[in-house]
Amino acid sequence: MTTLSLSNIQKSFGGNHILKGVSLDVQPGEFIALVGPSGCGKSTLLRILAGLDSADSGEIVINGREVSGTQAADRNIAMVFQSYALYPHLTAAQNIAVPLVMRRLTRTQQIPFVAPLIPGQRKAVAEIHRDVREMAASLKIDHLLDRKPGQMSGGQRQRVALARAMVRRPAVFLMDEPLSNLDANLRVHARGEIVELHRRAGVPTLYVTHDQAEALSMADRVAVMIGGSLLQLAAPQVIYDDPQHIEVAKFVGQPRINLVSSHAEANGVVALGTERCALANRGLAAGTSVTLGVRSEFVRVSRSGNAGLPAHVERVEFLGSEIIVYSKLDAIGETMIAKVTPAEGAGLGPGTPVRLSAAAEHIMVFGADGARLASAPLVKSAVKEVAYA
Amino acid sequence: MSPNAFTLGRIVRLSILSLGALLFLAPYIFMISTAGKAQSDIFTSSLNLIPQHWFYAENFAKAWSRVHMPTLLFNGVIVCLMILVIQVVIAIPCAYAMAKLKFRAAKAMMVLVMLGLLVPIHATALPLYVAFDRVGALNSYMALVAPFSISVFGIFLFLQFFRAMPDDLIHAARLDGMSEIGVIARVIVPNAWPAITAFSIFSVVAHWNDLYWPLIVVSDQAYATPPLGLLYFRAAEAGDDYGALMAATLIITSPLVAAFLIAQKRFVEGITMTGLKG
Repeated sequence: MTTLSLSNIQKSFGGNHILKGVSLDVQPGEFIALVGPSGCGKSTLLRILAGLDSADSGEIVINGREVSGTQAADRNIAMVFQSYALYPHLTAAQNIAVPLVMRRLTRTQQIPFVAPLIPGQRKAVAEIHRDVREMAASLKIDHLLDRKPGQMSGGQRQRVALARAMVRRPAVFLMDEPLSNLDANLRVHARGEIVELHRRAGVPTLYVTHDQAEALSMADRVAVMIGGSLLQLAAPQVIYDDPQHIEVAKFVGQPRINLVSSHAEANGVVALGTERCALANRGLAAGTSVTLGVRSEFVRVSRSGNAGLPAHVERVEFLGSEIIVYSKLDAIGETMIAKVTPAEGAGLGPGTPVRLSAAAEHIMVFGADGARLASAPLVKSAVKEVAYA
Repeated sequence: MSPNAFTLGRIVRLSILSLGALLFLAPYIFMISTAGKAQSDIFTSSLNLIPQHWFYAENFAKAWSRVHMPTLLFNGVIVCLMILVIQVVIAIPCAYAMAKLKFRAAKAMMVLVMLGLLVPIHATALPLYVAFDRVGALNSYMALVAPFSISVFGIFLFLQFFRAMPDDLIHAARLDGMSEIGVIARVIVPNAWPAITAFSIFSVVAHWNDLYWPLIVVSDQAYATPPLGLLYFRAAEAGDDYGALMAATLIITSPLVAAFLIAQKRFVEGITMTGLKG
């Protein structure tokens, strides 16, 4: 059973194809991070899902009910906005109470002054007060309930926004970059809190972010969206270790993956400048362009021996626990990034001649269309032992 | 340097401002002075600011007894209030729709609003008069209020203000379960008080002081607004009794002056806001 299912959502704005047929299933209680560079359509997708915008085509099913035609208010979806969107004229308690008031009280029960005379109204209002207080207590914002948003800090506002969204126990919980307005320290702290809240509430969550670290650290599954298409939906580890598309590999990982473009020659041999390496997949047609990718932590930098591709160090960045080495391959002039331990990186400086190598199992091969060529890992270490041809 | 220190620059600035203020206030000051003068005092060859004989009581009594002041003031309040309420009730939803909703005629409506801003009441006065005459609605509150019920200026002012309101706020309200009317009543209006105050000031000042339109549609004293009543007073009763006339004028302008003094801060805020955004 799926809680939320999107199928083939399409959306264009004045000739711009923003969403190119996005399909996505969210399982009960799941936390999915929708990650992608800005402008990839992830916020548009969220808005369509919430009913704030309409899709040109496609289906949205929530708990087995098709909701494409229904109003935002009737979808039982709650959303936390990037700007928090708290009502500036209401106190925190009133802000949190709004969704409950709108849902639990009838229209006549909401009329000021007269309403308390209507049977059932006092009881409903008392229940709302109780729920608001409970929610506030669980988010540790009880002491803020009488303040207006203008008198709160960014972190406090974010909690009130979370409380307002969670208080009515929605079917789906949407978050649109809720942490991007917080400072760096608070952001890391808030990440943990949101995950903890999600674990306790168990409401399926779709979390939009452009920050891959947030996506990888918080989500059960990560959906990588680039250029209006969902390129891969998988567990964070899989997204990082086994990207199915070159754009996914490029987007995820810090520092970014090393990519070298090349083309296949006869018998699955790939040229790297003057060097040659062999692919396991010998069936690759000669002339096919391919891109080789290797993550920076798998690039080995050695100053001695003649294994590996010759290169010269351009720049060294010391980051405390690790060192990032930028070096230019002599053969093709491509800059490679290597993440090494301080011990391995000791003595490296601009201009140092080095040799770069990587184990074969860590090298990914992508085809011309960007898709991963799964059956084509390198036989031998790609950049270690060359000269096959 | 303390901000209250009287430096040379400050003295110069203050004296220029005071001189300007005095210049603009001069007619009003002279009016206050005249309202306290006897007939013989007004028509002396010398110009005195301080009345030689204090005649305030007599002049005010005359003004109060010769025209029915309570009716004038009541009419002024009723007409201004009706105009203001109707204008706000119409302009806010209209401006909200144009600022935040997507619909096909939005651009055309914007053009119409701009056109509306360009056409003065004087251009449409004659056809409106004929229309009111045909339906027999001259000499009524309706004739005084109806032509001003849709204020394009109000729509324009609110439009500018609402555009600056974040979309997310409205999205959040919709997700929380509000209808569009609910969004306006619970989110837009409570956050639009600065704009509403500014607009109210402009609207009330304009319509309290308006003589042109009441002069056209009202000939019955029972429906006369304060400036029109003043005109009757001058024409029929006072003749050249300027002391009483000035006293009557003082009575009529006092509500606005009082309101201004009370709401001075808001008034300045309203003007600077429209200055920035309009």
